[in-house]
Amino acid sequence: MTAFEPVIGLEIHVQLATRTKMFCGCELVFGDPPNTHTCPVCLGMPGTLPVVNAEAIRLGLMIGEAFGGELAERLVFHRKSYFYPDLPKGYQISQFDEPLVSGGRLGDVGLERVHVEEDAAKLTHAGASGRIGGSTSSVVDYNRGGTPLAEIVTLPEIRSAEQASSWLRLLRETLRQLGVSDVNMEEGSLRCDANISIRPVGDTTLGTKTELKNMNSFRFIEQGINAEVARQIRVVESGERVQQETLHFDPRTGSITSLRSKEGSHDYRYFPEPDLPPVQVPAELLESARASIPELPLQRAERFRTELGLHEESARLLAFRRALGDYFEATVAAGGPEADRQQIANWIGNDLVRRLDAGEDTDPDPAESKVEPASLAELVALVGAKTINRKAGEKVLDVLVAEGGTPGPIVEREGLAAIGGGDELRPVVQAALDANPDAVEKLKTGNMKPIGAIVGHVMRETKGRADGGEVTRLTREILGL
Amino acid sequence: MTDPISLSVVDAAAALRRGELSQDELFTAYRDRAAADDTNSFTWLADDATTALGAREGLPGTDTPLAGVPLAVKDLFCITGVPTASASNLLRGYLPPYTATAIDRLQEAGATVLGKTNQDEFAMGSSNENSAFGPVLNPWDRTRVPGGSSGGSAAAVAAGLAPAAIGTDTGGSVRQPAALCGVVGLKPTYGSVSRYGMIAFASSLDQAGPITRNVADAALLFRQMTGPADRNDATSIGWAGDGGSGSASAIDLPTAVRLDGVRIGVPTDLLGEGIEPGVRASFDAALKLAESLGAEIVEVTLPHARHALSAYYLLAPAEASSNLARFDGVRYGNRADIGDGGLVELYTKTRHDGFGPEVKRRIMLGTYALSSGFYDAYYRRAQQVRTKIVEDFRAVHQDVHLIATPTSPTVAWGLGERTDDPIAMYQADVTTLPQSLAGVPAISIPCGLSDGLPVGLQLSGPAFAEQSLLDAAHALEGALGFDGTAAFDPARGAGAATPGSATTGGASR
Repeated sequence: MTAFEPVIGLEIHVQLATRTKMFCGCELVFGDPPNTHTCPVCLGMPGTLPVVNAEAIRLGLMIGEAFGGELAERLVFHRKSYFYPDLPKGYQISQFDEPLVSGGRLGDVGLERVHVEEDAAKLTHAGASGRIGGSTSSVVDYNRGGTPLAEIVTLPEIRSAEQASSWLRLLRETLRQLGVSDVNMEEGSLRCDANISIRPVGDTTLGTKTELKNMNSFRFIEQGINAEVARQIRVVESGERVQQETLHFDPRTGSITSLRSKEGSHDYRYFPEPDLPPVQVPAELLESARASIPELPLQRAERFRTELGLHEESARLLAFRRALGDYFEATVAAGGPEADRQQIANWIGNDLVRRLDAGEDTDPDPAESKVEPASLAELVALVGAKTINRKAGEKVLDVLVAEGGTPGPIVEREGLAAIGGGDELRPVVQAALDANPDAVEKLKTGNMKPIGAIVGHVMRETKGRADGGEVTRLTREILGL
Repeated sequence: MTDPISLSVVDAAAALRRGELSQDELFTAYRDRAAADDTNSFTWLADDATTALGAREGLPGTDTPLAGVPLAVKDLFCITGVPTASASNLLRGYLPPYTATAIDRLQEAGATVLGKTNQDEFAMGSSNENSAFGPVLNPWDRTRVPGGSSGGSAAAVAAGLAPAAIGTDTGGSVRQPAALCGVVGLKPTYGSVSRYGMIAFASSLDQAGPITRNVADAALLFRQMTGPADRNDATSIGWAGDGGSGSASAIDLPTAVRLDGVRIGVPTDLLGEGIEPGVRASFDAALKLAESLGAEIVEVTLPHARHALSAYYLLAPAEASSNLARFDGVRYGNRADIGDGGLVELYTKTRHDGFGPEVKRRIMLGTYALSSGFYDAYYRRAQQVRTKIVEDFRAVHQDVHLIATPTSPTVAWGLGERTDDPIAMYQADVTTLPQSLAGVPAISIPCGLSDGLPVGLQLSGPAFAEQSLLDAAHALEGALGFDGTAAFDPARGAGAATPGSATTGGASR
C-alpha cells in the first residue's frame, strides 16, 4: 500500500494591535456592546471613503522585517468582492499582487507573503448549530468590521499536524513579542486556516488541496489537520479524487463538512482600489518599523543556550514566554556571576510556574508575583550550597509565593536549615540503622534498595532537613560499604 | 430695487454684504420659483435657509465669501439629515448622518442649501432620463432633455430656480448638461475637490464642480470648494495652485478680457463625424472670436482620444459595479419585503426593485469586465488606453495652453429619443470623456445657439490649470455675450429667447 505524506500550508489572520481601525478612526475595543464602535466609513455608508491607518502599515512592516521578508516599496490595495452581511461595502479592501511583504522565514517554515487588509464584521447566527445553515436569523456586530489584519501565508512546507501546531506556537509568541498583536485565539485576534493536500511519499508534485477554516485552538488545529489528512487518504485509497473545496472542522464531533461547494466557487473580481491610489511606503515608517524590532524568541533562545549555558529545552521555554525570559534574566542578574543559571531556569520553569499557573492559555508572569528575583536567586544559591535541601527549598518557595520576603528569615523561622554533614547527622543515621536491622542486613549484601527506608527514617527524625545524599554517604561509611 | 433673481452669485453675495438684500429675501425669492418649477429639477426643497445647516448653528454671517447665497446641490451629495437618494429608489428617503466635504466647505464659506437637484440615478446617464424621480425637462425647450447626469442642476440654473448649483462630473456630467442648458459648468482637476460624501459612481473619475450663470461665479464657487487636502479622502490632493507650479494661492476671480499669447489647440481627432453642423458652426465662430481676442488657434492631435469612449465604458462601470455593491438593503436604504426568504432573496429582490435599468446594465457590464478570465482583455486594456490618453494630453500641452472642442456633439435632443439606444446615448459624451480619463480640468461655456438651442464650448487645460482656464473662459464669455438668463421665463417658450447676436458672437459688447 502507498504511504502518503501531508503537505500543509497555513494562512494566519492576525488582528493588528492598533488603537483605531484600518480605514477609519473608530477605536478597537474587544467585548463592548455590539455596534458601539462604528462610523459612516466602517459601516460602508454611501459616499464614505477609506483612509489608511499608517500604524497598521508599520506593524505589518515589522512582521516582514522580523521574518526577513522583502518589504514593498509601494503600498497598493485591491478590492476583493463578495456579498455577505459581514462585509458592509460588498468588498474587502485587501492586497493582491503587490503584498506588503514577500518571502521571509520563521524557524522551519518559509513564508510566501504577508499582506494587510480589513477584517469583516462579526456574524452571530441564531439557532442550534451556531452556523448559518439552519439558523433562523443572524445578527451583525460591526465593531470588529474594519479591524486591521495581517494575513501571513506560509509556503507548503509543513509535513504534519504536530509541526503545524508547534510552528504556530512559535509564530504566536514571535508576534506577541513583536508587540504587533494580542494573538488571542479565543478572542479571534489570531485565526488559522490550513491548506492541506496529500501525496505519495517521495513524490514532489502537489496534490489537490482543501482549505480547512478557522480552527480556534492549537488542539483543534492538530485534530482538524489529522482528520482532514485521514479523510483525503481514505478518498484516494477508495479510488476517488480529492475535490478542491473549503471545509469546516467540527471539534465536537471530529467531522469535516464542506462550507462552499465548488459550483459556488468565488470570483472575487480583484481590481485596484481606486479610493486608495498607490503611494510610496514612507521612509520614516520603514525606519520606525525597523527600529522597533525587539530580540525575538528564536534569537533569545539561542542566546540563553550559547551565552548562559542553558539546555535547549530550558532555553526555548524561557525565550518563548517573554515574561519568564525577562524574569529569568532578572534573577540571573540578581544572583551575580556565581549563580547556577541552569538551576535558576529549572526553579523558574518548573517550580515557580507551577505555583503561579493561572489556567490554560494564560501565561503567568512571575514579575507580578510576590517572589522577588533576588529572593529566588538567594533560594537557588542556598540549595546549591546545601544550606537547605531541595525539599526545604520548595517549602521556602511556597512561603515566598504566599507572603514574599527573603529566604533567610523563612529558613530560620520554619527551622528548615539542613542538618550539617558529618557530626550532626551521623548519630541520627546511626539511630536509623539501629532501628532497621533487616534493612542493614540487605544493605550489607550490596542490595541498596532499603536505603530508602533509612533516608525516610532520618527525614522523619529531622523533619526533612537532612540531605538525602549525605544520609546515603554516611550509611555507606558506617557500614563500611 | 433690482430683482434678486437677476443677480449672479458674485453680485448677490456683494448685495448681501452691503445689506441691500437680506438672506431671507434672497432665499425666499428662489424658494418660491423652485416650488413652482415645471422642469422637475428638484428632488427636495428646503423650507428655509436654516433647514439644511447640518451641525451648524444659525445662518452664515454676511461677512463670509458667499454671504448666504443659496445653492442647489445635486442629489448625490450627502448632507446631514437631508434626503439623499442619488435619484435611486433604493435610497429614496435615506437621511445621511454626515455632510460631504465639498458642501461643508461651501457652507463654511456662507452658502445655504436651497434644495437637492434631480440627476440620472447614481450619476449614470447623459439625459437625466434615468431618474427614480422622473426626467428633467430642458428649460429652453420642455420637450427636450437637459443633458446628464447633473441635469437637474443645470436646468435649475438655466431656469433661474437657483443662483448656482453643485454637480458632479464623471465623464461629462457637469459640462454636458451645462452645454445643453446654456450655462457654465466646470469640472476641476481630479483630486482638487474632495469626494468625501459624494455617493460614488466611478471613484477614479468622479469630481464635483459648479454649474453657474457665468465664469466668475464658477471661479468663486470652485475657490470655496477646494482648499487643503481632505483627510477623509486619500485621492484629495487639495489645491496645488495654477499649472501645478506649487503655488498654493487661491483662485482669483477672473477679469481677463483678452486672450493675447494664449495658444489654443483644436484636436482634429475629436471633430470628425457626429458633430452636428449647427454645433460646428457655433464652435468655429467662437474660435474666430478667440482669435480676434489675441488667441492663437492651432490644430493638435490626441491620437488615443477616439478610444476614450470604449475605455470609459469599461472602467466606469467596473468601478460602479463595485461601488454599488454596498446597496444590499442590510444597513440602510430600502429593503425589499421577502417574507420568509433568505439572504440571497434579500439581496436579489432589494437590488432588483431598487435599481433602474441603466444602473443594472452598468453593474452587469462592470462585473463582466472584472471577471476572472476577462480582466486582462477589458479592465487592464482599458487602463492602458487611459494611460495613453493621459500621455496624449501631456504631449499636447507641451505645445498649447488650452484645448477647445464642442462640449457636446449635438444640442439637446428630444425626451425619449435615445432611451432605447444606449450606444447613441453614450456617444453624447465623446468630447468630454477624454478629459475625464486624463483627470484634467475642463469648462463648458455657452457659445451660441443652434436651432434656438444652446451650444457649449469646452476648454480644457493641464492639471491644476484652473486659473488660466477660468481667465480664458471669462475673456471669451465677455466677447460672446451670451444671455445666461434667457431661459428664466418659461412664457417666452422654446427658442423664443434666442439672443441672435450670440450665434455669431457679439464681440462688440
